[in-house]
Amino acid sequence: MSMVPRPFLVRRRVEEMPGCVTLELEPCDGGAAPFAPGQFTMLYVPAVGEIAVSISGDPTQTDCLVQTIRAVGPVSRAVCAKAEGERIGVRGPLGRGWPVEAALGKHLVIVAGGVGLAPVRPVLLWALANRERLSGLSLVYGTRSPDQVLFASELLGWSSNDALRVAVSVDRAEDGWAGHVGVVTDLIPGVLDSPTETVAMVCGPEIMMRFAAQALDAEGVPAGSIHLSMERNMKCGIGWCGHCQLGPHLLCRDGPVLAYPEVRDLMAVWEL
Amino acid sequence: MADGKMKTMADILAGHPLFAGLAPQITDLLGGCAGNVHFPAGHYLFKEDDRADTFYLLRAGDVALEQRMPGRGRLTVQTLHAGQVAGASWILPPYRWRFDARAVDDVRATGIDAACLRAKCDADPVIGYQVLQRFLPIVAERLQSTRLRLIDLYAPPSEVGRAL
Repeated sequence: MSMVPRPFLVRRRVEEMPGCVTLELEPCDGGAAPFAPGQFTMLYVPAVGEIAVSISGDPTQTDCLVQTIRAVGPVSRAVCAKAEGERIGVRGPLGRGWPVEAALGKHLVIVAGGVGLAPVRPVLLWALANRERLSGLSLVYGTRSPDQVLFASELLGWSSNDALRVAVSVDRAEDGWAGHVGVVTDLIPGVLDSPTETVAMVCGPEIMMRFAAQALDAEGVPAGSIHLSMERNMKCGIGWCGHCQLGPHLLCRDGPVLAYPEVRDLMAVWEL
Repeated sequence: MADGKMKTMADILAGHPLFAGLAPQITDLLGGCAGNVHFPAGHYLFKEDDRADTFYLLRAGDVALEQRMPGRGRLTVQTLHAGQVAGASWILPPYRWRFDARAVDDVRATGIDAACLRAKCDADPVIGYQVLQRFLPIVAERLQSTRLRLIDLYAPPSEVGRAL
Protein backbone atom coordinates (compact mmCIF):
# COMPACT_ATOMS: atom_id res chain seq x y z
CA MET A 1 0.00 0.00 0.00
CA SER A 2 1.48 3.28 -1.12
CA MET A 3 2.12 6.20 1.21
CA VAL A 4 2.23 8.48 -1.85
CA PRO A 5 -0.96 10.50 -2.38
CA ARG A 6 -2.71 10.26 -5.75
CA PRO A 7 -3.59 13.65 -7.22
CA PHE A 8 -7.30 14.42 -7.57
CA LEU A 9 -9.08 17.45 -8.97
CA VAL A 10 -11.94 19.12 -7.09
CA ARG A 11 -14.72 18.76 -9.66
CA ARG A 12 -17.54 20.12 -7.53
CA ARG A 13 -17.82 21.77 -4.14
CA VAL A 14 -21.08 22.01 -2.17
CA GLU A 15 -21.45 23.88 1.13
CA GLU A 16 -23.79 21.57 3.06
CA MET A 17 -24.12 23.92 6.05
CA PRO A 18 -21.82 26.46 7.65
CA GLY A 19 -18.39 24.84 8.08
CA CYS A 20 -19.32 21.60 6.33
CA VAL A 21 -18.44 20.94 2.71
CA THR A 22 -18.87 18.09 0.25
CA LEU A 23 -16.14 17.73 -2.39
CA GLU A 24 -16.46 15.67 -5.56
CA LEU A 25 -12.92 14.53 -6.40
CA GLU A 26 -11.88 13.25 -9.83
CA PRO A 27 -8.62 11.30 -10.30
CA CYS A 28 -6.15 13.36 -12.34
CA ASP A 29 -4.81 10.18 -13.97
CA GLY A 30 -8.24 9.46 -15.50
CA GLY A 31 -8.50 6.13 -13.66
CA ALA A 32 -11.32 4.82 -11.52
CA ALA A 33 -11.85 5.40 -7.79
CA PRO A 34 -13.87 2.42 -6.53
CA PHE A 35 -14.63 2.04 -2.82
CA ALA A 36 -16.76 0.05 -0.42
CA PRO A 37 -19.41 1.78 1.79
CA GLY A 38 -17.85 2.76 5.11
CA GLN A 39 -14.28 3.15 3.83
CA PHE A 40 -12.29 6.36 4.21
CA THR A 41 -9.40 8.13 2.53
CA MET A 42 -6.49 10.24 3.74
CA LEU A 43 -6.84 13.69 2.17
CA TYR A 44 -3.59 15.63 1.81
CA VAL A 45 -3.07 19.35 1.41
CA PRO A 46 0.62 20.07 0.68
CA ALA A 47 2.39 22.06 3.40
CA VAL A 48 -0.64 21.77 5.70
CA GLY A 49 -1.17 18.10 6.46
CA GLU A 50 -3.24 14.98 5.99
CA ILE A 51 -6.52 13.85 7.60
CA ALA A 52 -8.79 10.83 7.49
CA VAL A 53 -12.15 11.59 5.87
CA SER A 54 -14.97 9.14 5.27
CA ILE A 55 -16.37 8.68 1.80
CA SER A 56 -19.96 9.88 1.46
CA GLY A 57 -20.65 9.11 -2.21
CA ASP A 58 -22.58 6.50 -4.14
CA PRO A 59 -20.52 3.26 -4.31
CA THR A 60 -21.76 2.57 -7.85
CA GLN A 61 -20.19 5.82 -9.06
CA THR A 62 -16.50 4.96 -9.57
CA ASP A 63 -15.28 7.88 -11.64
CA CYS A 64 -14.93 10.11 -8.58
CA LEU A 65 -14.83 10.17 -4.78
CA VAL A 66 -17.39 12.20 -2.86
CA GLN A 67 -16.23 13.26 0.60
CA THR A 68 -17.93 15.37 3.24
CA ILE A 69 -15.70 17.31 5.61
CA ARG A 70 -16.42 19.53 8.59
CA ALA A 71 -13.91 22.33 9.14
CA VAL A 72 -12.73 21.88 12.70
CA GLY A 73 -8.94 22.31 12.59
CA PRO A 74 -6.13 23.56 10.33
CA VAL A 75 -6.10 20.58 7.93
CA SER A 76 -9.85 20.15 7.64
CA ARG A 77 -10.20 23.91 7.16
CA ALA A 78 -7.65 23.74 4.32
CA VAL A 79 -9.51 20.82 2.73
CA CYS A 80 -12.85 22.63 3.05
CA ALA A 81 -11.32 25.74 1.48
CA LYS A 82 -10.37 23.88 -1.72
CA ALA A 83 -12.13 25.44 -4.68
CA GLU A 84 -13.42 23.76 -7.83
CA GLY A 85 -10.49 23.15 -10.21
CA GLU A 86 -7.89 22.88 -7.43
CA ARG A 87 -5.91 19.75 -6.66
CA ILE A 88 -5.77 17.61 -3.56
CA GLY A 89 -3.85 14.45 -2.64
CA VAL A 90 -5.74 11.27 -1.83
CA ARG A 91 -4.58 7.97 -0.30
CA GLY A 92 -7.04 5.14 -0.26
CA PRO A 93 -9.79 4.08 -0.06
CA LEU A 94 -8.72 2.52 3.21
CA GLY A 95 -10.11 0.37 6.00
CA ARG A 96 -12.90 -2.13 6.43
CA GLY A 97 -16.38 -0.79 5.66
CA TRP A 98 -19.95 -1.76 6.52
CA PRO A 99 -20.74 -5.51 6.28
CA VAL A 100 -23.43 -5.06 3.62
CA GLU A 101 -23.73 -8.79 2.93
CA ALA A 102 -24.82 -9.34 6.54
CA ALA A 103 -27.86 -7.13 5.92
CA LEU A 104 -29.24 -9.19 3.03
CA GLY A 105 -32.68 -10.57 3.89
CA LYS A 106 -32.74 -8.50 7.09
CA HIS A 107 -34.15 -5.16 8.22
CA LEU A 108 -31.27 -2.71 7.91
CA VAL A 109 -31.48 0.03 10.53
CA ILE A 110 -29.02 2.87 10.06
CA VAL A 111 -28.52 5.13 13.07
CA ALA A 112 -26.54 8.31 12.47
CA GLY A 113 -25.72 11.37 14.52
CA GLY A 114 -24.56 14.79 13.35
CA VAL A 115 -22.01 14.62 10.52
CA GLY A 116 -21.99 10.85 11.11
CA LEU A 117 -24.64 10.79 8.40
CA ALA A 118 -21.84 11.19 5.83
CA PRO A 119 -20.14 7.79 6.42
CA VAL A 120 -23.50 5.97 6.29
CA ARG A 121 -24.73 7.71 3.13
CA PRO A 122 -22.93 5.18 0.85
CA VAL A 123 -24.51 2.21 2.61
CA LEU A 124 -27.90 3.93 2.50
CA LEU A 125 -27.56 4.48 -1.25
CA TRP A 126 -26.42 0.86 -1.63
CA ALA A 127 -29.46 -0.28 0.39
CA LEU A 128 -31.88 1.80 -1.71
CA ALA A 129 -30.39 0.26 -4.88
CA ASN A 130 -30.72 -3.21 -3.35
CA ARG A 131 -33.98 -2.64 -1.49
CA GLU A 132 -35.64 -5.83 -2.74
CA ARG A 133 -32.82 -7.84 -1.13
CA LEU A 134 -33.63 -6.39 2.32
CA SER A 135 -36.73 -7.08 4.44
CA GLY A 136 -36.80 -3.47 5.65
CA LEU A 137 -34.81 -0.26 5.60
CA SER A 138 -34.85 2.51 8.23
CA LEU A 139 -32.77 5.59 8.91
CA VAL A 140 -32.72 7.12 12.39
CA TYR A 141 -30.90 10.43 12.43
CA GLY A 142 -30.16 12.77 15.30
CA THR A 143 -28.53 16.14 15.23
CA ARG A 144 -28.11 19.30 17.29
CA SER A 145 -30.81 21.55 15.79
CA PRO A 146 -32.83 21.87 12.56
CA ASP A 147 -30.19 24.11 10.94
CA GLN A 148 -27.58 21.38 11.54
CA VAL A 149 -29.33 18.69 9.50
CA LEU A 150 -26.81 17.30 7.02
CA PHE A 151 -27.94 16.56 3.43
CA ALA A 152 -31.21 18.31 4.35
CA SER A 153 -32.81 18.32 0.89
CA GLU A 154 -31.80 14.70 0.24
CA LEU A 155 -33.17 13.72 3.66
CA LEU A 156 -36.47 15.31 2.71
CA GLY A 157 -36.52 13.17 -0.45
CA TRP A 158 -35.70 10.03 1.54
CA SER A 159 -38.57 10.86 3.94
CA SER A 160 -41.07 10.67 1.09
CA ASN A 161 -39.59 7.44 -0.30
CA ASP A 162 -41.79 4.46 0.60
CA ALA A 163 -38.76 2.16 0.41
CA LEU A 164 -37.22 3.82 3.43
CA ARG A 165 -38.51 4.76 6.86
CA VAL A 166 -36.91 7.96 8.15
CA ALA A 167 -37.00 9.24 11.73
CA VAL A 168 -35.22 12.49 12.59
CA SER A 169 -34.56 13.92 16.01
CA VAL A 170 -32.97 17.20 17.10
CA ASP A 171 -31.65 18.08 20.54
CA ARG A 172 -33.43 21.43 20.55
CA ALA A 173 -35.69 23.34 18.21
CA GLU A 174 -37.19 26.76 17.81
CA ASP A 175 -40.48 27.69 16.19
CA GLY A 176 -41.24 25.95 12.93
CA TRP A 177 -39.81 22.48 13.61
CA ALA A 178 -42.59 19.89 13.65
CA GLY A 179 -40.34 16.85 14.08
CA HIS A 180 -39.09 15.06 17.16
CA VAL A 181 -37.12 16.86 19.86
CA GLY A 182 -35.16 14.61 22.21
CA VAL A 183 -32.30 12.14 22.07
CA VAL A 184 -31.89 10.03 18.94
CA THR A 185 -32.23 6.82 20.93
CA ASP A 186 -35.89 7.76 21.64
CA LEU A 187 -36.67 6.88 18.03
CA ILE A 188 -35.01 3.45 17.91
CA PRO A 189 -37.87 1.35 19.39
CA GLY A 190 -40.31 2.85 16.87
CA VAL A 191 -38.46 1.51 13.83
CA LEU A 192 -37.72 -2.00 15.12
CA ASP A 193 -40.37 -4.37 13.76
CA SER A 194 -38.42 -7.57 14.26
CA PRO A 195 -35.32 -6.93 16.38
CA THR A 196 -33.80 -10.38 16.00
CA GLU A 197 -33.97 -10.02 12.20
CA THR A 198 -32.32 -6.61 12.24
CA VAL A 199 -28.83 -5.49 11.29
CA ALA A 200 -27.88 -2.07 12.65
CA MET A 201 -25.16 0.25 11.37
CA VAL A 202 -24.34 3.14 13.68
CA CYS A 203 -22.17 6.21 13.13
CA GLY A 204 -21.83 9.40 15.14
CA PRO A 205 -20.15 10.77 18.25
CA GLU A 206 -18.89 7.87 20.36
CA ILE A 207 -21.18 8.60 23.31
CA MET A 208 -24.17 8.61 20.97
CA MET A 209 -23.02 5.30 19.43
CA ARG A 210 -22.63 3.76 22.89
CA PHE A 211 -26.17 4.73 23.91
CA ALA A 212 -27.58 3.74 20.51
CA ALA A 213 -25.92 0.32 20.72
CA GLN A 214 -27.25 -0.13 24.27
CA ALA A 215 -30.77 0.82 23.10
CA LEU A 216 -30.60 -1.58 20.14
CA ASP A 217 -29.27 -4.32 22.40
CA ALA A 218 -32.03 -3.67 24.97
CA GLU A 219 -34.68 -3.91 22.23
CA GLY A 220 -33.36 -7.37 21.27
CA VAL A 221 -31.10 -6.70 18.29
CA PRO A 222 -28.30 -9.30 18.56
CA ALA A 223 -25.08 -7.59 19.67
CA GLY A 224 -23.18 -9.18 16.78
CA SER A 225 -25.62 -7.57 14.34
CA ILE A 226 -24.80 -4.07 15.60
CA HIS A 227 -21.91 -2.42 13.74
CA LEU A 228 -20.21 0.83 14.71
CA SER A 229 -17.91 3.12 12.74
CA MET A 230 -15.19 4.00 15.23
CA GLU A 231 -12.94 7.01 15.10
CA ARG A 232 -9.47 7.61 16.50
CA ASN A 233 -6.50 9.71 15.40
CA MET A 234 -5.57 8.07 12.09
CA LYS A 235 -2.16 8.94 10.68
CA CYS A 236 -0.68 6.33 8.32
CA GLY A 237 -4.05 4.78 7.45
CA ILE A 238 -2.50 1.37 6.79
CA GLY A 239 -1.80 -0.09 10.22
CA TRP A 240 1.87 0.87 10.50
CA CYS A 241 2.03 3.71 13.01
CA GLY A 242 -0.40 2.66 15.76
CA HIS A 243 -1.88 6.10 16.34
CA CYS A 244 -5.43 4.81 15.91
CA GLN A 245 -5.02 1.81 18.20
CA LEU A 246 -8.12 0.86 20.19
CA GLY A 247 -7.15 -2.08 22.40
CA PRO A 248 -6.18 -4.90 20.04
CA HIS A 249 -7.57 -3.09 16.98
CA LEU A 250 -5.82 -0.71 14.61
CA LEU A 251 -8.90 1.15 13.45
CA CYS A 252 -7.48 2.28 10.11
CA ARG A 253 -6.77 -1.34 9.16
CA ASP A 254 -9.22 -3.48 11.20
CA GLY A 255 -11.98 -0.82 11.11
CA PRO A 256 -13.25 1.79 11.09
CA VAL A 257 -16.33 -0.45 11.17
CA LEU A 258 -16.31 -3.02 13.96
CA ALA A 259 -19.02 -5.20 15.48
CA TYR A 260 -20.38 -4.04 18.85
CA PRO A 261 -19.01 -7.05 20.81
CA GLU A 262 -15.49 -6.16 19.55
CA VAL A 263 -15.63 -2.66 21.04
CA ARG A 264 -18.31 -2.74 23.77
CA ASP A 265 -15.86 -3.15 26.67
CA LEU A 266 -13.16 -0.98 25.06
CA MET A 267 -15.54 1.98 24.83
CA ALA A 268 -15.83 1.92 28.62
CA VAL A 269 -12.05 2.28 29.07
CA TRP A 270 -11.51 5.99 29.03
CA GLU A 271 -7.71 5.75 28.68
CA LEU A 272 -8.31 4.31 25.19
CA MET B 1 -65.22 -3.95 19.79
CA ALA B 2 -65.16 -7.41 18.18
CA ASP B 3 -66.81 -9.05 21.20
CA GLY B 4 -69.47 -6.32 21.33
CA LYS B 5 -68.34 -5.07 24.75
CA MET B 6 -67.76 -1.38 25.28
CA LYS B 7 -64.22 -0.57 26.50
CA THR B 8 -64.29 0.71 30.05
CA MET B 9 -61.98 3.43 31.29
CA ALA B 10 -60.16 0.75 33.28
CA ASP B 11 -59.57 -1.18 30.01
CA ILE B 12 -58.20 1.94 28.37
CA LEU B 13 -55.87 2.62 31.29
CA ALA B 14 -54.69 -0.99 31.33
CA GLY B 15 -53.95 -0.72 27.60
CA HIS B 16 -51.64 2.27 28.05
CA PRO B 17 -47.94 1.47 28.67
CA LEU B 18 -47.98 3.55 31.87
CA PHE B 19 -50.50 1.36 33.66
CA ALA B 20 -50.18 -1.90 31.71
CA GLY B 21 -49.85 -4.85 34.05
CA LEU B 22 -51.45 -3.21 37.10
CA ALA B 23 -53.94 -5.32 39.02
CA PRO B 24 -57.52 -4.84 37.63
CA GLN B 25 -58.80 -3.58 40.99
CA ILE B 26 -56.24 -0.75 40.81
CA THR B 27 -57.03 0.22 37.20
CA ASP B 28 -60.76 0.09 38.15
CA LEU B 29 -60.06 2.51 40.97
CA LEU B 30 -57.90 4.78 38.77
CA GLY B 31 -60.59 4.69 36.08
CA GLY B 32 -62.77 6.80 38.38
CA CYS B 33 -60.30 9.66 37.94
CA ALA B 34 -60.00 9.40 34.14
CA GLY B 35 -61.77 10.65 31.02
CA ASN B 36 -61.03 10.74 27.31
CA VAL B 37 -60.11 14.03 25.68
CA HIS B 38 -59.22 15.38 22.25
CA PHE B 39 -56.99 18.34 21.40
CA PRO B 40 -56.93 19.69 17.83
CA ALA B 41 -53.52 20.54 16.38
CA GLY B 42 -52.17 23.77 17.86
CA HIS B 43 -54.25 23.63 21.05
CA TYR B 44 -52.58 23.48 24.43
CA LEU B 45 -52.97 20.58 26.84
CA PHE B 46 -51.63 22.84 29.56
CA LYS B 47 -49.55 25.96 29.98
CA GLU B 48 -46.59 26.84 32.17
CA ASP B 49 -47.50 27.86 35.73
CA ASP B 50 -51.10 26.66 35.40
CA ARG B 51 -52.28 24.39 38.19
CA ALA B 52 -51.32 20.79 37.43
CA ASP B 53 -54.90 19.54 37.69
CA THR B 54 -54.91 17.02 34.85
CA PHE B 55 -52.13 15.00 33.22
CA TYR B 56 -52.53 13.03 30.01
CA LEU B 57 -51.82 9.51 28.78
CA LEU B 58 -51.27 10.06 25.05
CA ARG B 59 -53.09 7.59 22.80
CA ALA B 60 -52.61 9.25 19.41
CA GLY B 61 -50.75 12.30 18.12
CA ASP B 62 -47.65 14.21 19.20
CA VAL B 63 -47.21 16.83 21.91
CA ALA B 64 -44.41 19.41 22.11
CA LEU B 65 -43.20 20.54 25.52
CA GLU B 66 -42.23 24.16 25.09
CA GLN B 67 -40.86 27.26 26.72
CA ARG B 68 -41.40 30.74 25.35
CA MET B 69 -38.44 33.07 25.14
CA PRO B 70 -38.78 36.77 24.34
CA GLY B 71 -37.40 37.39 20.88
CA ARG B 72 -36.98 33.69 20.08
CA GLY B 73 -40.55 32.46 20.17
CA ARG B 74 -41.33 28.90 21.19
CA LEU B 75 -38.48 26.55 22.07
CA THR B 76 -39.36 22.86 22.02
CA VAL B 77 -37.50 20.94 24.70
CA GLN B 78 -39.05 17.53 24.07
CA THR B 79 -41.59 15.84 21.83
CA LEU B 80 -43.93 13.24 23.29
CA HIS B 81 -45.72 10.55 21.30
CA ALA B 82 -48.57 8.06 21.66
CA GLY B 83 -47.85 5.71 24.56
CA GLN B 84 -46.12 8.44 26.57
CA VAL B 85 -47.31 10.71 29.37
CA ALA B 86 -47.69 14.48 29.23
CA GLY B 87 -47.17 15.97 32.67
CA ALA B 88 -45.27 14.92 35.78
CA SER B 89 -45.51 18.08 37.90
CA TRP B 90 -48.85 16.92 39.33
CA ILE B 91 -46.98 14.54 41.66
CA LEU B 92 -45.14 17.10 43.80
CA PRO B 93 -45.96 20.49 45.26
CA PRO B 94 -46.51 23.19 44.16
CA TYR B 95 -48.52 21.21 41.56
CA ARG B 96 -47.89 23.66 38.73
CA TRP B 97 -46.75 22.91 35.18
CA ARG B 98 -43.17 23.83 34.25
CA PHE B 99 -43.69 23.88 30.47
CA ASP B 100 -46.36 24.51 27.89
CA ALA B 101 -47.68 21.33 26.23
CA ARG B 102 -48.91 21.96 22.68
CA ALA B 103 -50.66 19.45 20.42
CA VAL B 104 -48.45 19.20 17.31
CA ASP B 105 -51.22 17.35 15.47
CA ASP B 106 -54.60 15.99 16.52
CA VAL B 107 -54.11 14.45 19.93
CA ARG B 108 -56.32 11.86 21.58
CA ALA B 109 -55.53 11.22 25.20
CA THR B 110 -56.86 10.01 28.50
CA GLY B 111 -56.86 12.83 31.03
CA ILE B 112 -56.34 11.89 34.66
CA ASP B 113 -57.69 14.16 37.38
CA ALA B 114 -54.53 14.72 39.41
CA ALA B 115 -56.25 15.73 42.66
CA CYS B 116 -58.46 12.64 42.48
CA LEU B 117 -55.45 10.38 41.87
CA ARG B 118 -53.42 12.03 44.63
CA ALA B 119 -56.30 11.50 47.04
CA LYS B 120 -56.50 7.79 46.13
CA CYS B 121 -52.73 7.45 46.47
CA ASP B 122 -52.82 9.17 49.88
CA ALA B 123 -55.71 6.95 51.03
CA ASP B 124 -54.04 3.71 49.95
CA PRO B 125 -50.22 3.76 50.06
CA VAL B 126 -50.08 0.45 48.12
CA ILE B 127 -51.74 2.17 45.17
CA GLY B 128 -49.60 5.25 45.73
CA TYR B 129 -46.42 3.18 45.67
CA GLN B 130 -47.46 1.41 42.47
CA VAL B 131 -48.33 4.69 40.76
CA LEU B 132 -44.98 6.19 41.80
CA GLN B 133 -43.19 3.05 40.55
CA ARG B 134 -44.78 3.72 37.15
CA PHE B 135 -43.84 7.40 37.13
CA LEU B 136 -40.29 7.21 38.47
CA PRO B 137 -38.84 5.55 35.30
CA ILE B 138 -40.44 8.31 33.19
CA VAL B 139 -38.83 11.00 35.32
CA ALA B 140 -35.48 9.15 35.32
CA GLU B 141 -35.59 8.70 31.52
CA ARG B 142 -36.31 12.39 31.01
CA LEU B 143 -33.46 13.30 33.36
CA GLN B 144 -31.06 11.05 31.41
CA SER B 145 -32.26 12.47 28.10
CA THR B 146 -31.69 15.99 29.39
CA ARG B 147 -28.20 15.11 30.66
CA LEU B 148 -27.26 13.57 27.31
CA ARG B 149 -28.36 16.70 25.50
CA LEU B 150 -26.45 18.86 27.99
CA ILE B 151 -23.29 17.13 26.76
CA ASP B 152 -24.03 18.68 23.34
CA LEU B 153 -23.00 15.47 21.55
CA TYR B 154 -23.01 16.95 18.08
CA ALA B 155 -20.97 20.05 18.85
CA PRO B 156 -18.03 20.54 16.46
CA PRO B 157 -14.76 19.41 18.11
CA SER B 158 -13.46 22.96 17.71
CA GLU B 159 -16.08 24.07 20.25
CA VAL B 160 -15.23 21.40 22.78
CA GLY B 161 -11.54 20.52 22.36
CA ARG B 162 -8.74 19.72 19.96
CA ALA B 163 -9.24 19.18 16.26
CA LEU B 164 -7.15 18.34 13.18
